Amino acid sequence: MKKRLIAAFLVAAMAIGLVACTPAGQGGDGLIKVGIINNDPNESGYRTANDKDLKATFTKENGYDASFAYSLKNDEQIEHAQKFIQDGVDYLLLSAADTAGWDGVLKEAKEAGVKVILFDRTIDASSDLYVASIVSDMAKEGQTAVDWLKSQNLATANIIHLQGVMGSAAQQGRTGALDAEVKANANWNLVEQQTAEWSAEKAQQIVEAVIASGKDFNVIYAENDDMAKGAVAALDKNGIEHGVGKKVIVMGFDCNKWALEELLAGRWNYDGQCNPFQSSYIHDIIQKLEKGETISEKTIIMEEKGFDASTITEDDVNKYGI
Amino acid sequence: MTGIKKLVKNQIFIPIAALLLLALFNLLADPEFFLIELGYNSAGNPVLKGYLVTILDYGSELAILAMGMTLVTAASGGQDISVGATIAIAGSVILRVLCGTDPRPETMQAPIIVAFLVAVVVSMLCGAFNGTLVAYFKIPPMVATLILFTAGRSIAAWINNNALPIVNDPSFGYFGNFIPGIPVPTPFFIAVVCMIIMALILKFTTLGLYTQSVGINESSARLNGLNPQFIKFLSFVILGVCVAVAGLIKVSRISTINYSVVAKDIEMDAILAVALGGNALSGGKFNMTASILGAYVIQFLTTTLYKFQVKSDALPAYKAIVVIILVVSSAPVVREWMSNLWKKITIKKQVKEVG
Repeated sequence: MKKRLIAAFLVAAMAIGLVACTPAGQGGDGLIKVGIINNDPNESGYRTANDKDLKATFTKENGYDASFAYSLKNDEQIEHAQKFIQDGVDYLLLSAADTAGWDGVLKEAKEAGVKVILFDRTIDASSDLYVASIVSDMAKEGQTAVDWLKSQNLATANIIHLQGVMGSAAQQGRTGALDAEVKANANWNLVEQQTAEWSAEKAQQIVEAVIASGKDFNVIYAENDDMAKGAVAALDKNGIEHGVGKKVIVMGFDCNKWALEELLAGRWNYDGQCNPFQSSYIHDIIQKLEKGETISEKTIIMEEKGFDASTITEDDVNKYGI
Repeated sequence: MTGIKKLVKNQIFIPIAALLLLALFNLLADPEFFLIELGYNSAGNPVLKGYLVTILDYGSELAILAMGMTLVTAASGGQDISVGATIAIAGSVILRVLCGTDPRPETMQAPIIVAFLVAVVVSMLCGAFNGTLVAYFKIPPMVATLILFTAGRSIAAWINNNALPIVNDPSFGYFGNFIPGIPVPTPFFIAVVCMIIMALILKFTTLGLYTQSVGINESSARLNGLNPQFIKFLSFVILGVCVAVAGLIKVSRISTINYSVVAKDIEMDAILAVALGGNALSGGKFNMTASILGAYVIQFLTTTLYKFQVKSDALPAYKAIVVIILVVSSAPVVREWMSNLWKKITIKKQVKEVG
C-alpha cells in the first residue's frame, strides 16, 4: 500500500513537472511587464524560431519584464492568461492554440486594463477585445506559391498534393489556393491529394504508393518542408529526377534553412515563407501605445516571400532560413 | 474435420487468415499490386520497387517493435504506449552523437555504431524507468508509460537543444533505405537479424517460459521460485532495445528528425500487431511468430489503404475496425457462442450423414 502511495505521488509529481509554469515577475522598475503565451517551442522549427525571436526582443535591455508560458492546449493557455492578468501584466501577447473560447478571459483582461496583442494566430472573438493582431495570411502564401507554379508555364501540371493536418489554418490557406487553380485550369490535375499530417515519413509512403501505381506526375506541392523532404526521399529511392530543369518540380513551405539550401543546390524548386518573426512588429506597437499614439491598423499582415531556386542567393538562405 | 479444427485453433491462423484476406482483396481489385520491378535509385544503385517491397520495408520496423511489445504484453498484461516517444528520444540521441554540438556538421563526429549503442543504452534506461514503475511500484502499464508518452518528445527535443540536426553522410542513410548494390530494403535485413536473435534467446534461455508463467499467474510463478518483478522489468528493457533499433531505421530514412511527428501513433500499430497475432492482451501465453506476421499484416493493410487513396487521417478508423473485430471475437462470450454454433453445424451434418 505504501509503495502504491509513493508511486501515485511520483506520477503526480511528474505530471505537475510537465506543465511548464513560469510565474510573472514583479515589475515596478520602469520596465513594461508583458506576459507571453505561446505554443510549445518543440512543435516545429517554425515555433522554435518564433520563440527565439520573441525572447531576443523582449529583454530587460529593451525595457521589458517578460514572462513566458507554453502550452499546446487551449484550456491550459487560458489558465496561464488568467494568471498573467492576476499578476498585473501591462500587455498580454497571445498565440492561441485554438480559435474558440477566448472571450471570457479577454474580457477579464480588458476590465483589468491589460492590453492584448495577438500574434501568429487569430481567434474568434470580438475585435475590441484586443488592440492588435499580427498574423500570416496563409491563403496569400498559398496564392503566391500557385502564382509561381503558373509562371512556370507547364503544358500540363500533374500534381501530388501533400496536405498538413486537416483543418489547421496553414493547411486550409495553402490548400485553398491550389484547389481553386486546379478547378479553373484544365491543364492542372491532382494525381493525389492526401494529408501526410506534416510528417516526412507519411509523405514518403504516400509518394511511394503513387509511384508504385505508375501514375505520371511532375509537381510535388507539399504544405511544409518536412513533407517535401519525405516526398523527395521517395523520388530518390525510385530514381526520379527532381529540381531545377528536371522532371519533377518540388515545392515546400516554411523556409527552413536546410530547405533553402536544397533550393540553392537546385534540388528543390520553390519554398514559400511563413514568417515567424513577429516580435519587431509587436515591439513597434507597444512603443507606440506607450507614447500614447493610436494604432491605425488593427490587423497587420506580415510580408512573406516565396523563393525560386533559380534566383535564391546565399544571403537569402542565411537571412530567411529558420 | 479435426485437421481444420486444429488449424483454426492454432494461434498463427489469425494473422495468416487476415493476410490471405487482404491478398485476395488486392488480387481481385488490381493484380498489379503484386508486381515487383527491379529499378535504379538516384544514386544509380539497383533497388526493388513495388507495393510488396514497401510492405517489407515499413513492416520491418513494426515487426521489431512488435517483438518487444509481445514480451511486455505477455509478462505484464499491459502495453507500453510510450514506444513512439521513446523512438523520438533514441533517434535524437543518435543524431546528437553523430552531429556533436553543430547541427549541420560536414562529417560525422562519431562512428554510427557508437551513436547506435549510446541510443540503445538510453532507450534501455527509458525501458527500465517504465519497467520499474510497472514491476516494483505496481502501476498499470498504460498509466506508467503515459509519463514518457507525454514527456518523451519534449525530452527528445531537449537532447538536441531544439535544433533539427541533419547528417550529410550518405552511409547513414543505408539503414533505412538501401545498401548500394543490394536491391532489398535494409530494414528487412535488420528485422531478420533481430528475429534470429530473439529466436535464439527464446530457444536457449528460459525467458519465454518464465515470461509466460509470470503472465499467466504471478503468485504461482513466485511460489515456483521465479522473480516476477524482475521478469516484468526485463521485458520493458528488452522492448527498449527494440525501440532503439526502430529509432535508428526511422532517423536513417531521412537522415534527420522531427520530434513532434516521428513515429507518431506507432505504438497503436505495435499493439495491434500483438493483438492480430492472436496474443491475449491481458498477458500470459504468447506466440512471437504470430506477432511478427501481425506486424506485416498491418503494414499490408496500411499500404493497401494508401493504394486506394484512403485519406491518411482516416487510416486509424480502419485499423480500429480491425481491433474491434479482434477484441470482440476473442471475448469469452463470443468464443462460447461460436463454438456452440460450430457444434450445432457439425451435429446437423452428422445427423444428415446418418439420415
